Amino acid sequence: MTVTTPTGDNTLLGENVATRKIGRLERFFGPENYRILTGLLKTPASIAGFVLIGFFIFISLAAPLIIPPVTPNDPFKIPRDGFRSDPRPMGSEWTRNVPDVPFWYKAVTGKDEWVHLLGTAEGQYDIFYGIIWGTRTAFKTGLVVTIATFLIGIIYGSISAYYGGWVDNIMMRIVDILLVLPSILAVLILASVLTPKIGKSLIPAMVALIAFGWMGYSRIIRGDILSVKERDYVLAARVIGVKDSRILFRHILPNAIFPTLVLASLAIGDVVLSFAALSFLGIGTEVGYADWGQVLSFARNWITSLNTYWYIIVWPGLTLVLFVMGWNLVGDALRDVLDPRMRGKT
Amino acid sequence: MTTYIIRRLLLVPVLLFGVTLLIFGMLQFLSPVERTALYVRDFPKNDKAIEGLIKRYGFDQPVYVQYWTWLVGKVDKASGEREGGILFGNFGYSRSASQPVAELIARRFPNTLDLTIWTIAPMILIGIWMGVQAAVHHNGFIDQAARVFSIIGTSFPTFVFGLLMLLIFYANLQWFSPGRLSDAYTQVVDSSAFTHYTSLLTFDALLNGRFDIFLDALRHMILPILTLSYISWATFLRVTRGSMLETLRMEYVTTARAMGLPERDVIFKHAQPNAMLPVLTLAGFSIVGLLGGVLITETVFNYPGIGSAAARAATSLDVVAMLGFALFNGLILIVSNLVVDVLYAFVDPRVRLS
Repeated sequence: MTVTTPTGDNTLLGENVATRKIGRLERFFGPENYRILTGLLKTPASIAGFVLIGFFIFISLAAPLIIPPVTPNDPFKIPRDGFRSDPRPMGSEWTRNVPDVPFWYKAVTGKDEWVHLLGTAEGQYDIFYGIIWGTRTAFKTGLVVTIATFLIGIIYGSISAYYGGWVDNIMMRIVDILLVLPSILAVLILASVLTPKIGKSLIPAMVALIAFGWMGYSRIIRGDILSVKERDYVLAARVIGVKDSRILFRHILPNAIFPTLVLASLAIGDVVLSFAALSFLGIGTEVGYADWGQVLSFARNWITSLNTYWYIIVWPGLTLVLFVMGWNLVGDALRDVLDPRMRGKT
Repeated sequence: MTTYIIRRLLLVPVLLFGVTLLIFGMLQFLSPVERTALYVRDFPKNDKAIEGLIKRYGFDQPVYVQYWTWLVGKVDKASGEREGGILFGNFGYSRSASQPVAELIARRFPNTLDLTIWTIAPMILIGIWMGVQAAVHHNGFIDQAARVFSIIGTSFPTFVFGLLMLLIFYANLQWFSPGRLSDAYTQVVDSSAFTHYTSLLTFDALLNGRFDIFLDALRHMILPILTLSYISWATFLRVTRGSMLETLRMEYVTTARAMGLPERDVIFKHAQPNAMLPVLTLAGFSIVGLLGGVLITETVFNYPGIGSAAARAATSLDVVAMLGFALFNGLILIVSNLVVDVLYAFVDPRVRLS
């Protein structure tokens, strides 16, 4: 992959060396990172993944157009059509707290009035509304948690790797300790400790996911930095007396960060999954918040009659599976591209 | 080998100290009043009683003193009885379950162990089998199918898959039901006629000669087993496939083929044993993970194991109980990771030499 010979034929060896035009993008990212990017855009599976992700991004951006909020100040509150406990089937009439009818509605459904497109869950929460606005919750939690864990992991891992020696040893033992507890249990505990302090909202679960989520990144970036650290230009920088922090953040990190960055961006699926699991168990948001795990948890009291009320798990479940699958499809392709045994094959 | 084991053993106290420190740290989020659940059953009623308890159990002392009290408890001078002290197995009182945490763990853990024992075989064997098939038919139809299967597997959240299983096999087909036992059998098990030899229900049923109870217990475990296995198969498939592909490319495999060995023998006698090393580690960690209780699966299927107890404690914000579970879990994990590592060093000489 490092064919950068500028001339077309190498007369010395008497053979033709294939030349390749190097585009602006490749120059910008560097050959190795460029290979990762193009590798991601080549397999049908990863393209399908990108399509799925794009679809969900579209839904989350267009949420107010798809189903306008009933309470504009708090759009994440799922509108309740009454207070009856047993769920109502798909297409049943919507009488209370009806959202405005958007432009696409009549064209698609052929009706003038809102109905519960995907039925209602326990307590008459509209499932369709929960799914559409839940997409925003998913991206919000996914992005915040991923960015925060990524930053913490990067800073922690690079300090550990750069200083090495006993600093590295201690810092990595702390990571070992944090990894002893199974992550779901640790997250659950921290979230339930924080909930009474902060109140029921997205924040306790997010803080807990961040607190126990960054260790993986710090391990990966540490490995990458350890290899970059030995390069000659780092030695050169040290010789001319550049400060430690500047060497680390200007010279080493930019050259080591890319694989971790791509990995982190694909972890959004996993974060959303863990978050949904938490709110399924009843930790996190208050009842009625538009969040997929929350919508699914309404099904817990109706296990015995699921054959009548199948729609309360199938639709939110399908949404969650498709969302996670989108990220996993791209992640699977990424694993192949990053696999050292695949290097040199494009 | 001995040096490896010693080096590995030296890490255990470090990890134990770290984990207790971590859990003690999380305990600090609680107010002293809530922390009294470590020692007494009921919340103190009035300010005077609260103050007395805070004094008595040293919640007004510096943090390191509190940590020590938390570890070894407090010996009552008059009666000589020890109160609290996690080192002595006193994890406090669970208000959500209305019993001491240690008792709750002792009652729930056999169920989790039972489930783990029955999950091991289907989880590991089928996962490995699929991985080997995928590697042998590299890039063929089976490989592609396995890939699709593993992506779907990793994308299914445990609780969605579990609910789906309940929808199909319980609500629609009525083959299996959630819970631990049918009501009729629960009475038998609770009666004095049923001896609890091991407290593992399936084995006790066999030892008591009640094959019908054994079948009923197994019937209730099939859906959790299926869910747990399905979630793990994707990982086992992927690891086995990768390791198998790598091994099949090695020169000794080519040699074996060149010598004219039948392909069956090449794959199953020569390649597979060597390809199993990374899978072994994964298997070890998966079993350890199951032992810690599987929060979501147990909750979905209403299975009375340690995981569902922890989930219930979490939803009722019973933090003292949760931390007890975490401590127990950390202990299991540290010890069994040690066992896995040492076993691994026995199997693979490269580990202990490095």
